[in-house]
Amino acid sequence: MSNFWSNWVTFIVVVGILGVTLVLFTQSKAKVNKPGESEDTTGHRWDDDLEEYNNPLPRWWMWMFYLTIAFGIGYLVLYPGLGNFKGMRNWSSVGQYKEEVAQAQAKYEPLYAKYKSMDVKAVAADPQAQEMGKRLFQTYCIQCHGSDARGAKGFPNLTDNDWLWGGSTEAIHTTLVSGRVGQMPPWGAAFGEEKVKDTAHYVMSLSGKKHDADRAARGKETFAAVCVACHGTDGKGNQALGAPNLTDNTWLYGGTEKTIIETITNGRQNQMPAWKDFLGDDKVHVLTAYVWSLSNNPKAQ
Amino acid sequence: METQSTYNYKVVRQFAVMTVVWGIVGMLVGVIIAAQLVWPDLNIGPWLHFGRLRPLHTNAVIFAFGGSALFATSYYVVQRTCNVRLISDKLAAFTFWAWQLIIVLAAVTLPLGITTGKEYAELEWPIDILITVTWVVYAIVFFGTIAIRKVKHIYVANWFYGAFILAVALLHVVNSMEIPVSMWKSYSVYAGAVDAMVQWWYGHNAVGFFLTAAFLGMMYYFVPKQAGRPVYSYRLSVVHFWALIFTYMWAGPHHLHYTALPDWTQSLGMVFSLILLAPSWGGMINGIMTLSGAWHKLRTDPILKFLVVSLSFYGMSTFEGPMMSIKTVNALSHYTDWTVGHVHSGALGWVGFITIGSIYYLIPRLFGRDAMYSTKLIEAHFWMATVGVVLYIAALWISGVMQGLMWRALNPDGTLTYSFAEVVKVTYPYHFVRLLGGLLYLGGMCLMAYNVFRTATAGRPVDAKIPAVTAQAH
Repeated sequence: MSNFWSNWVTFIVVVGILGVTLVLFTQSKAKVNKPGESEDTTGHRWDDDLEEYNNPLPRWWMWMFYLTIAFGIGYLVLYPGLGNFKGMRNWSSVGQYKEEVAQAQAKYEPLYAKYKSMDVKAVAADPQAQEMGKRLFQTYCIQCHGSDARGAKGFPNLTDNDWLWGGSTEAIHTTLVSGRVGQMPPWGAAFGEEKVKDTAHYVMSLSGKKHDADRAARGKETFAAVCVACHGTDGKGNQALGAPNLTDNTWLYGGTEKTIIETITNGRQNQMPAWKDFLGDDKVHVLTAYVWSLSNNPKAQ
Repeated sequence: METQSTYNYKVVRQFAVMTVVWGIVGMLVGVIIAAQLVWPDLNIGPWLHFGRLRPLHTNAVIFAFGGSALFATSYYVVQRTCNVRLISDKLAAFTFWAWQLIIVLAAVTLPLGITTGKEYAELEWPIDILITVTWVVYAIVFFGTIAIRKVKHIYVANWFYGAFILAVALLHVVNSMEIPVSMWKSYSVYAGAVDAMVQWWYGHNAVGFFLTAAFLGMMYYFVPKQAGRPVYSYRLSVVHFWALIFTYMWAGPHHLHYTALPDWTQSLGMVFSLILLAPSWGGMINGIMTLSGAWHKLRTDPILKFLVVSLSFYGMSTFEGPMMSIKTVNALSHYTDWTVGHVHSGALGWVGFITIGSIYYLIPRLFGRDAMYSTKLIEAHFWMATVGVVLYIAALWISGVMQGLMWRALNPDGTLTYSFAEVVKVTYPYHFVRLLGGLLYLGGMCLMAYNVFRTATAGRPVDAKIPAVTAQAH
């Protein structure tokens, strides 16, 4: 804020508070009626019978008013409010945030740090670490993957041992640390409606779904020319690219004819956020173990 | 000439009747969205979805119900306290029909998803322009009538109505600055934190001037009239009027605590919200103390009950408001049901009750009757409405504080104790009680509609004669 605006804000606030105080002060100087003393109206009359007494301000109300003004002045001395003046406590909301984060880190980081040196599978076998991992999951992951971790349309099921980007502890860790961007390009314009439908029927045939054999036969050519680049010649996908296995009847967006056509026509964009900066290495380590345990039995390892 | 010697009651009558109609419509939509929160399956199709019905509810109760009540009472009060007919019947009639058109347009566009997305200012730019024109005409009628008054002093109720008309004009024009990109889509000229600040400067002053100052104007006429007592203190009314209208303008940032808004604005919003407590309570004191000497009337007069209880809710919510503006309290209450409960203790308890009481006062006078068709029905309405409000706000206090506490609860390892869905689950029973409260309140309004209908059909529309200015009226 430039000096001009800072001074202007300060000026109108000070003048405003003084003005309110002045009105209150000048109007509260009237003598307080003792109980039983006669009250007079102002002598004005409207609409036949509307009149006004001119009772003095109730004292308790007046003092309450002064009290709030005094509090307000005190607050503006201690905290920012008057333009660029920072306040004597030098408080800021960013400062308060940083302080609380620092306190939380000092308190909680050691809890997570002790698992840092342990192998992910060992962490997964530790009951306390599992509890903490579950709570991390309940806080940060369920919005997309669901409280039962079974996912939803567009958000993968984490319990079924079917992985887009790989289910090794290393792959899960990488997914959590850096996030993932899944992309299926749109083919509607390049293929045209008929060819899209043919390809869809071939895709349906891969997982043994009911399909039109003629269409699937035609679609196979398209698949071999285009789709194999990511999904592979056998349609089993490629975890290095996050390209799903099309032969297993696990569907990220749905396996009906309509949905497959929609996927081929418009493509799909998907994103898993990166958690490294937000959660830090130690929490990610514990969370990796928990996610891995969702589809593996740590005790059996 | 006939029209020169009478007050214009026609426009008052029209607005008064529509107050009841829009009250029922707006509160019915409120009941529907309350039910949708309990049973999400009731979200049927895009048009009747919660996200579209919620702004319809707020617009209908604030601007259709509250707005019609303010037009009706301000036109009535300004005429009777100035001893003169409205300055122009034609312009007054224009404000009635234009305001109804705006309401109908809102009721059509909001379910269609046509919205600016600014809370309490959702209507798109063509409707915004219509509102501006209507409001300017309203100001001309109101202040024009003041200008030709036959009584020297301007009665306190008119200060509040006048402040409301001026402030709402300013708020609406500044907040609705937008660039149209098509017939039904526009974008605000403000961006980012500035947009948020302007929006809540508007939003809070919509509460301050539309829902507080204007209804205080109503209070200052109908409470002393119904009680048959002089206003308690002229001096108090001067102090609290000026302090209120000055201070309210600053309070908006308390809606944006701990956000991207600069710290200094948040501090000022909080400080002035606290200073606002006494000026707000000035109106309550003046209303309630006006009744001293007439307390016995409360036993037999349900209209007076509405008026007095409205002042109690007013006092309560204007205490609660400054308290919630304190940063540490706000850190708990913000984004929870507590805020919704707070708004409704003001909206149902204060605005609703003072309006209902005033309309019950007006209807017999507008239709040439001595009293409403049934006092017993008013009594029943009073108890239904009171129980309804209490159920509503108590349920949302509990669920709001519970939400706030559960959201901030931490496990020993620093993770959140409760997931969001778990918190939603525990609010279920309270949302059901809130629905019951809303249903009771709506039921009371239906009794009112019947009572108004019977009173109107038993009588006939009348325009009261303007009495000669007495020697005392100066």
